[in-house]
Amino acid sequence: MWKWLHPYANPEVAYHFTGKILSWFSALTIIILSTGLVWALLFAPADYQQGDSFRIFYIHVPAASLSMGIYVGMAIAAFSSLVWQLKLADASAAAMAPVGAAFTVIALLTGSAWGKPMWGTWWIWDARLTSELILLFLYLGVIALHNAFEDKNLAGKAAGILTLVGVINIPIIKYSVEWWNTLHQGSTVSKLGKPSMTIDMLWPFIFCFLGFALLVATIICIRFRTEILARNSIRPWVRDLVISENK
Amino acid sequence: MVINNTLSYRSAFTLIIKRDLTIAFRHRDDILNPIIFFIIVVTLFPLGIGPESSTLSRIAPGIIWVAALLSTLLSLDRLFKSDHNDGSLEQMLLSPHPVFILMLAKIVAHWLVTGLPLIFIAPVLAVLLHLNENSYGALMLTLLLGTPVLSLLGAIGVALTVGIQKGGVLLSLLVLPLYIPVLIFATSAIDTSAMNLSYSGQLAIIAALFFGSLTLAPFAVSAALKVSTN
Amino acid sequence: MSITNSIPSLISANNLTCIREDRILFESLDIEINAGDIVQIEGPNGVGKTSLLRILAGLSEPFEGKVYFDNKLINRNRELFHQNLLYLGHLPGVKGEMSAQENLAFNLALHGLDFETAEQTLQEVNLLGFEDALASHLSAGQHRRIALARLWQSKAPIWILDEPFTAIDKLGVKKLEKLFLQHVKQGGCVILTTHQDLSLPDEQVKKIVLTYQF
Repeated sequence: MWKWLHPYANPEVAYHFTGKILSWFSALTIIILSTGLVWALLFAPADYQQGDSFRIFYIHVPAASLSMGIYVGMAIAAFSSLVWQLKLADASAAAMAPVGAAFTVIALLTGSAWGKPMWGTWWIWDARLTSELILLFLYLGVIALHNAFEDKNLAGKAAGILTLVGVINIPIIKYSVEWWNTLHQGSTVSKLGKPSMTIDMLWPFIFCFLGFALLVATIICIRFRTEILARNSIRPWVRDLVISENK
Repeated sequence: MVINNTLSYRSAFTLIIKRDLTIAFRHRDDILNPIIFFIIVVTLFPLGIGPESSTLSRIAPGIIWVAALLSTLLSLDRLFKSDHNDGSLEQMLLSPHPVFILMLAKIVAHWLVTGLPLIFIAPVLAVLLHLNENSYGALMLTLLLGTPVLSLLGAIGVALTVGIQKGGVLLSLLVLPLYIPVLIFATSAIDTSAMNLSYSGQLAIIAALFFGSLTLAPFAVSAALKVSTN
Repeated sequence: MSITNSIPSLISANNLTCIREDRILFESLDIEINAGDIVQIEGPNGVGKTSLLRILAGLSEPFEGKVYFDNKLINRNRELFHQNLLYLGHLPGVKGEMSAQENLAFNLALHGLDFETAEQTLQEVNLLGFEDALASHLSAGQHRRIALARLWQSKAPIWILDEPFTAIDKLGVKKLEKLFLQHVKQGGCVILTTHQDLSLPDEQVKKIVLTYQF
């Protein structure tokens, strides 16, 4: 079943292959993301209740769901690295972690910026914001553990185990935080309600979402290639590559 | 001359428990210090917040549980550190017994000397914090079911950081987020009991967390130790 | 590959590559060790002797390559392999809080050996009279002796010993060497590193020499 994957498990092949898809990803990102953002921020209708502050939604929601998605992606990479000993999977997990953390921070910042006009305060212990904050802690743990090891191979394995422990815990944490939130309902004003979207809001949203997803893919691709080079710096093909690029 | 005997899991389990308890009791400071820490942290709160009994009794469950969390975290260090430094951990990984059994035994021994004493001291501290009279049972039960979860999850964190020179702060970064669900359900069980309502739902969830971590954590710990001793 | 040999080697490795912190320690190393071999791994400091021993014992994973015991992959047959392996690393694995005898008894029991004889075994390493002393009161050399005492009880054919003679006096070294000869005569093998010269006959000792890779 894994036969077809085998040629791509060679770092050199993977490096050149990602080089090819990278140019596609980056071109698509520029087109779709800029269309989506311009459409969403300038042309899409304002929400009848929240006014223009609603437009943060076009950044907040994609960032929040991508931050979760990247963690799941990391967990899948970690799993295949631990089970099938795929060294490239380690490299891809290492490439994903800081991107995921960055998007978690974006989701938190946009979330609190949205909260200010809505609730009159920068922070509120809303269930979704709280679990996003805990997700950030999980990301920081993985990154810190990865940095603590000298040896990249060991770092990848250790971070992989932590990622898997984290991914089992994420649903539990999410559930417990939601439960905690409903229990202490008195202290929260209102939840970030899902606004009912009209069709002229939905399309720019889809473009924004796709655009951000492609942006993530592009950044991860670039980081993945750097990780491959860093892990194979003693291999002859990397040396040849450096020499030929310096000419 | 290849040897192939069958080995008893139970004897391996008791062997490690006996050894770890012997070591712990010959090194009593390691048992006492986290307990003293637990007591001091709890007494700091009234000093910081004020002695008003209605405020204290409202936040008592949270204080006791956060203090229990921190003192467990503090005591986790001795779970694998000294065994790693003197080479006995290596020998355990090389023993023919399954590593997860040995590690489960180590975690159980660790809980017996660090988690169990908390359960007996917590009611005394609860008196200092004016905990609602109806809540003592819930406090004890949540600690009884919850502190093993803290030991089990914490063991994964220690196993991952045992090979790192300055692993102490890193450990708290890895472990504390994982403790959040236990904290939430335990304190809410105690709060519910104060209102004379049934808290069996929260208790059931903590029990589920306990059994979940009991079955999965030893495997994660042995995988992590293999990486750490590499 | 050694798989097809008629007489299986006790422990064998093929195509071992070890990389530490971006430095290649050794590359494409093939090793075959049979019953009756005493193998000394030689090389300057930091060349990867300990890494090689740890890879053979299954404690470290090689970057590439496989290790076989009795023609079976060691990490697929962990329990079987560990019953047949005795590894002593740099660290003696002795707890200061326990007495010499308790330490040895635990070590024996951990590896599924008879721990009732711990007291007699301590005699072999000149620790009689110290059996009830807490290990924290004993010297580094005595710690090593406690660890080495397991050799006299071990039935495992494969002995992997990292610097076993550190802090051991001349008489002790002689005694160990005699034990090694006896062990290989009974069909075992010894893989070791040492900075001292072995006084064993040359034809008995095979050497694997590691050199710096640039």
